Amino acid sequence: MSTQATYTYAVARAFDEAALAAQRGVDGAPVYLVRHRDIVAVASALPEAAADEAAWRGRLETLDELAVLARCHHAVVAAAAAQAVTIPFRLATVHFGDDRVAELLRREYPRLAATLDRLAGRVELGVKVYAEAPPAPPAGSGQVATGRDYLRQRRQERDQREQAWRHATAAADRLAAGLAQLAVASRRHRPQDGRLWPAGGPNVMNAAYLVAERTAGAFADRARGLAADMPGVRVEVTGPWAPYSFADVSGTGR
Amino acid sequence: MTEQSLWRTGQPASPNLADVLERVLDKGMVIAGDISISLLDIELLTIKLRLLVASVDKAKELGINWWEHDPSLTARPRAGIEDENERLRQRIAELEAAAVREAVER
Repeated sequence: MSTQATYTYAVARAFDEAALAAQRGVDGAPVYLVRHRDIVAVASALPEAAADEAAWRGRLETLDELAVLARCHHAVVAAAAAQAVTIPFRLATVHFGDDRVAELLRREYPRLAATLDRLAGRVELGVKVYAEAPPAPPAGSGQVATGRDYLRQRRQERDQREQAWRHATAAADRLAAGLAQLAVASRRHRPQDGRLWPAGGPNVMNAAYLVAERTAGAFADRARGLAADMPGVRVEVTGPWAPYSFADVSGTGR
Repeated sequence: MTEQSLWRTGQPASPNLADVLERVLDKGMVIAGDISISLLDIELLTIKLRLLVASVDKAKELGINWWEHDPSLTARPRAGIEDENERLRQRIAELEAAAVREAVER
């Protein structure tokens, strides 16, 4: 048995390994496939030292390294998804060698194959709705004479923000209901942390939709079209993603 | 539209880091058993907060510049308190450990 650790990115329906020849995995390692029947695990080798849990914890807690790892993981998953239906694994799923990965494929084959069947021909699209930031007060109005004026102004600003947020939340619920009808499945995720907002208003809806691949473009257009009729909100459609948000719904995993 | 063309043309060259982190850390299949590392006990929120205190310059590079728009939301003072709490917790742990060592040695 190999003493090397194996980083696994995803499981997919079997495809030609040569399609990943240009792809580099974690720490620049070549990406290869571990095969079992008609499914494959997408993997790369990790030097044993790199598989040490303490070392990994450190890496995951350093933003720069986490960002590199996350983008690398995502890039390999996306490359696989471009070839065949793919179940993405969570970041940092590391096995003690290829033998263990092959054992996983054997042991979990029925569940993995069933999930691949369910996801075949489908992609994930992200739809995020943001409340538009309330209009900034006109220049010069920031001058306040007294402490009471200042407090009143702060309260007004807060009330405006709350109103914008409620309005946007209601619009997002209508949008979600309209989109759910067009999707195979949908998930509402936690809105993204306020401190991670792009410039503009808060994220009030953060949803993922599993849609038939051939309708993905129409779905995105529909999302933008619905939002265009809703003043005070901005919509952002992302993807196609490999079906990260729908990878585990029928399985025994979390 | 073929599968290939959608994946080649539909995906932005470099998706937003927050979207990528959300998916690779919080979604995706979790394989139980036989793995040496899992993220089950690392809260995404914790990582996000670390992200904010890790490096303002890096966050700016990522296009995360919320504090410039709302100074009242700036996390710096809170981060200061958290750092102070962390230092105090560490100090308490050191003192407790020392007390235990003394008791054992006696």
